[in-house]
This record gives sequence, C-alpha cells and structure tokens, in this order.
Amino acid sequence: MPRSTRVAGLAALCAVTLMTAACGGDDSASGDGDANTITWWHNSNNEPGKGYYEQVAKDFEAENPGIDVKVSAMAHEDMVSKLEAAFQSGDVPDVYMERGGGELADHVEAGLTKDLSEAASEEISKLGGNVAGWQVDGKTYALPFSVGVVGFWYNKALFEEAGIEAPPTTMDEFYDVVDQLKAADITPVSVGAGDKWPAAHYWYYTALRTCPQDVLEGAVTSLDFSDPCFVEAGAALEDVIAAEPFNPGFLTTPAQEGATSASGLLATDKVAMELAGHWEPGVMQGLTDDGKGLGEDTGWFPFPEVEGGAGDPTAQLGGGDAWAVAEGAPDEAVDLVRTLLSDEVQTGFAENDMGLPTNPAAGGAVSDPALAELLSVRDESPYIQLYFDTAFGTSVGGAMNDEIALLFAGQASPEDVVEATQQAADQEM
Amino acid sequence: MTDQGATMVATRPEEGAARRATSRRAAARPPRLGWGQRLEVLLFVAPALVLMSIFIVWPVVSAVRMSLYRWKGFGPMDDFVGWQNYSLVLGDDVFTGAVGHNFTIVVASIAVQLPIGLGLALLLNRNIRFRGVLRTVVFVPYVVAEVIAGVIWFQLLQPGYGLVDTLVGAVGLTPPEQGFLGSPDITLWTVFVVLTWKYVGLAVLLFLAGLQNIPQELYESAQIDGASWWQTQWQIAVPLLGPTIRTWAFLSMIGSIQLFDIVWVLTGGGPANATTTMATYLINQGTSRGNYGIAGAASVVLFVIALVMAVLYQALVLRRDSQEAR
Repeated sequence: MPRSTRVAGLAALCAVTLMTAACGGDDSASGDGDANTITWWHNSNNEPGKGYYEQVAKDFEAENPGIDVKVSAMAHEDMVSKLEAAFQSGDVPDVYMERGGGELADHVEAGLTKDLSEAASEEISKLGGNVAGWQVDGKTYALPFSVGVVGFWYNKALFEEAGIEAPPTTMDEFYDVVDQLKAADITPVSVGAGDKWPAAHYWYYTALRTCPQDVLEGAVTSLDFSDPCFVEAGAALEDVIAAEPFNPGFLTTPAQEGATSASGLLATDKVAMELAGHWEPGVMQGLTDDGKGLGEDTGWFPFPEVEGGAGDPTAQLGGGDAWAVAEGAPDEAVDLVRTLLSDEVQTGFAENDMGLPTNPAAGGAVSDPALAELLSVRDESPYIQLYFDTAFGTSVGGAMNDEIALLFAGQASPEDVVEATQQAADQEM
Repeated sequence: MTDQGATMVATRPEEGAARRATSRRAAARPPRLGWGQRLEVLLFVAPALVLMSIFIVWPVVSAVRMSLYRWKGFGPMDDFVGWQNYSLVLGDDVFTGAVGHNFTIVVASIAVQLPIGLGLALLLNRNIRFRGVLRTVVFVPYVVAEVIAGVIWFQLLQPGYGLVDTLVGAVGLTPPEQGFLGSPDITLWTVFVVLTWKYVGLAVLLFLAGLQNIPQELYESAQIDGASWWQTQWQIAVPLLGPTIRTWAFLSMIGSIQLFDIVWVLTGGGPANATTTMATYLINQGTSRGNYGIAGAASVVLFVIALVMAVLYQALVLRRDSQEAR
C-alpha cells in the first residue's frame, strides 16, 4: 500500500474516533429553542393519566395551529433525575414540574424558571393560597395542579380486629391504639426510615403540633431554629419511638419500592397504618397483585394532637406539584400551563383520580372517596406547611432528614436534630 | 528496549544538553524518525490521548475545581470558598467514620478472603469429583452484577420473614431485632459477609490461574523426595503463588476503598451511618443534598487516599514482583 494512502486512512480513522468521542459527551439536542415546539415532562406514566395528558396535548395543538407539543411521560424517580441533569446543563424542558420551597428558590436564583405572575395572574388568583409554596419574593413561578396533605393511612379491617372504635385524635389515644394493636398481635405502624424522608415526616408533624404558625413561617425564611419548640418536637418524637410501634427492621425499610417497603406492608395487611401523603392509595394499588391496594379497607386520619403543644391541631403538613415554565421557553408554553390549570383540564384530572386538584371548580369531581375526604381536610385546614425538606431546600433539608433518621436509630438527641439543621442552614447564609 | 533512565539523569542545565547529546549517541538508538513516521505515531497515539483527556484528566480536573466552590449543581459556579469544603469534609464525623469503614473492609477482606480463597483454590486444583461444578458454584456470585447481588441479599436479609432470619431462627438463635441490615452494631459485618460471598470467586479464579503456572515437575520431584500433599502445597504452591496473591490483594484493596454499589443497595449507608463509605458519602452529599462542592472535595480526598495507597503498595510490595520478572 502506498504510504500516502496509509496516512490518509489513519487520519480518517482518527477523525471518526474523535467525532464519536466528542459527540458522546454532548447529547443535548432537543426541541427547545424552537419557538414552535413545546417540550413537556410529566410523571403520569400509567393509565388513565398518561392517555389523558396525551389528549390534553392534542387538544392544545388543535387550538394553537403550528404548535407542536412534545410530551415525555416518565416514572417519577426517572423524571426527577432527568430534571436534575437538565438543570445542571441549563437545558430545561419548556414545561416541567416544580415542588416549590427552597428547591424552586434555587432554580429562580440560577435564572432557570420564568416568572408567571403577570401572564397567569387570572389563574393565580383562582388558585388562592395554594400558590404560596411556589412564590419567591412575592412573585409566582409555578402553578400548583395538585396539592395534598400527609396523614395516617390505616387498614379499617385490622383496626376493627383489634377492637379499636375510632381513630386517635391525640397522642395519648394514639399510644392506646398502638397498645391495642400489639395486644391483637398486629404490627401497628410501618415507616420507611431507610429513605429517611418518611421518618422525617414524623418530626415535621411533631414540630407543626408543638410550634406556633408564626415560628414555623419565620424559620422558613430566616432559617433560625432557636425557638425551644423545635427541641420539644424532637422530644415528642422520642416518645413515639419509645412506644415501639414500628415494623421490624424499619431503619432500613424503603418507602414505597416493593411489597416489603413501608407502603407494601400496609397494602398487604402486614401492618395497620402508615404516615404518608395523598399519593398512598395509588402507590398501594401498584404494590398489590389485584391492583386495588387496601380497597374498601382504606382509612385516613390526620396526625394526632400533641398535648400541650402550641401548634394548631388542624394545621396539616403537605405539598404538591406545580407546572413551571423554563426561562427560555416560548410564550405558548405559558399558555399550555394556563390550559393545564383550566376548569376543564383540572376537572378531567380530578375525574381520573390523578391527584387533588387545586382549581376550586374541579373539587367536586374527585371520585375516590379517600381522596375526596383528604380534599375536604385540605380545604378546611387553616394552614398547610410545605414539607420542611422541600421548604428549606435540599442542602438544609437533607442534613435535617439525616439527623432525624439518626434520632430514629437512637443515636441522636432532639437537640442534635436542631443543631445539625442550624449548622447546615448557617452554611447556606 | 533501551534504558531510557540513562537520558533522564538530571544535572546542571548547561551540562545537561551536552550529556543528552552524547548519551543519545552512546545508546545507539535506532535512526531518527522521519516526518511521515512521526505523524504516523502521533495519529496512532492521538485517539488514546483524546479519550484519556476526556474521560480521565478532564473529570479529575473539574472535580478539583468543583471542590473549591459552593455550588448546588446548576447555575454558574461563582461562589469561590477555597479550602472550606475540605475542612467541612475532614471535620465531618460521618466522613471520618466512612474512611474507617473503608479501611475496616480493606483489612477484613485480606484477612478473611485470602485464607478462604487460597484454601478453595488449592482444593479445587486437586483432582476431586464435581470439580467443574464446584468451580462454577464458587465463581458464579462474582459474575452476578453488584446491584443484582445487593437486591437478592436485601430480600434474603429481610427482618422477620427473610430466608436468613428464618434459618437463624430454625437453629434456635434469635435474629437481631432490627434485622441484620438494621442494627448499627452488626450491619457493616453483614455487608462484609455479602462482599465475601461475592468476591471469593474472583480470588479463587486468580489463584487457580496462578497455580497453573507452577511447573508440574516441582510437585513431582517433591513427591519423589517424600513430601506430603500438605508439604508440597505449603512449601511450593503458596510461595510460588506470591505474585498472584499480591496482585489480588491490590485489586481487593482498591475495590474496598471505592466500595459503593452493594452498600448503596443494601443499606444506603445506614442505619445511622453505620455502613457509610467514602463513595456513598459523596453521592449523598452531591445528588441528595445538592452540595456538589462538598461532594467534589470528598471525591478528591478519596482519590488522594487511593492514589497514595496504590503508589505505596507499588513501591513496597509489587516492586519485588516486577523486578523478579525482569
């Protein structure tokens, strides 16, 4: 082979290698930046939600000729990790989900999220107090389409078997229920402390019941946890742990993956109750063979009152999902979000039991009785505290959750929880 | 190959150039490469260099850079904090605990897996019945992906109704209240048992390969001299297996320092940080808490520890083998 050909061949080979290497790291080609295409990521990846959202996108395209809506339906965890990567690369989908609080504030600060205050003022006033978690410095950055509250989901049949007449309303009654269940040889409560946040929800609630509303609201903005009620919250939680209500091995139990997770144990009659949010019936349906979860036996009661606590016993811990628009997205993306919050789309959302609608016009359309009950609790609550880890952002929230998990393992004191949270908060300042 | 070390002897600069010129001639190197040949060499080496830069050099450099900033993982990286992330990492009890866990696994792996692996290898090297089947049985766990092994063991170790608890109960013992994965005092050792189950196969495979290299005549002549099986193993096989054992120990050490997958699936680093490793610590700080600067600092510390260990091991232990090989 003549020499020149050999070198040329090598050069070609090399060029191909280089191209593959260079292209491998940069796979950001997507539809955004194109004014006629709207990318929309959501987590309703099973029926009926998936099909419903496809129809909504088609209807929107029909009303807006020339606009192409590219829908990506993903499993929740997949969506969260893909979004994280999208935030890092700055290549965010036009319409995506925001959970509010400190996370949203970080995204706003990084200039990733569009201010919707003006463009969607009509919808914002209709949603009322529900948008509070998605406001930063008085501006609204996302429109919540589903907001729910956390409480105890329980198995009515097992409660009956243990001779329990009514769900507990105070902590003392709660301990009685735990004793009755144990006497009937039933594990009272499952908790997915392996995932930390399900355990942390207990502390959030004892804090909500021991701290007055203004202290909590102050802490979210000032990140000051010096009020003694936060230590009292930990002490109240220590009492719960001391009553030993939890499933064996709760320190490593995952929240909702598989039949041996906390949700799986409740769904398969292994335990009598679990503290969880509005997603629980849906999760339990996915973890049972017949797809029904606990079905008729599904019951719900709010977190009991902590005796002597300064918190409002009807205040609830909650949170939800909201549609946000990327900073660089076309104006039609805002129109799509407004459409998603319209009376019609929210009513369809409620009819399909996809969540707890925030548009008051859709409230009556929720068909699942458990969800309907939750909706009335939510709407009657004077105050809904956004999950603390979301409210404080991942850094402070993560440190707090880790320390609460240590409290569950008997390796941290109520003071330690406050101290670790304060320490992480001080680093943020 | 000529000894390049000769040209590298450093002297005063003005002398150096002259020395290099003379030594180059003295070494009687092959004739200088023509431009075409140089280009050819460059073209051959370039893809490897580019790939190495993209996948090794660049990530290391950006991790070091990231470790000097406070950064949440998105937006501009502009909040320079200097060494603060390092002092946070090194002052964090969870991280120092994690380093301790990693070194516990390093020591325990060598102390426990080496005798088991060596014993099994010597046994499986004999002409026993079902040798092929037994070799496969020992090696299969190594072939299973770490994550899958983790999921399997997670189910087997379920407290109360898992197979392990049932077996422990059947022999009349009481399994721990929180299960083998939920009791901070014993969880690290549970993880270690799973690791041993998984990795003894690799040790056996390497040792068996090493045993194949030992000339049969050595055994035969020892037998003629009246040595027992034990004596031949202890006096011939084990000493000649030295280089293989030292290489295996190196792999085991580096693997233990980077331990992540199985721990992540089995315990996520819990309960109460009892099984946190450096790798789970940095993943937790990065992806769960959004403290990418701290995660970067932790990864640099991990890198330095691994590098120091590798270099020391190379210098003190493996060097012998490479010199012997020459």
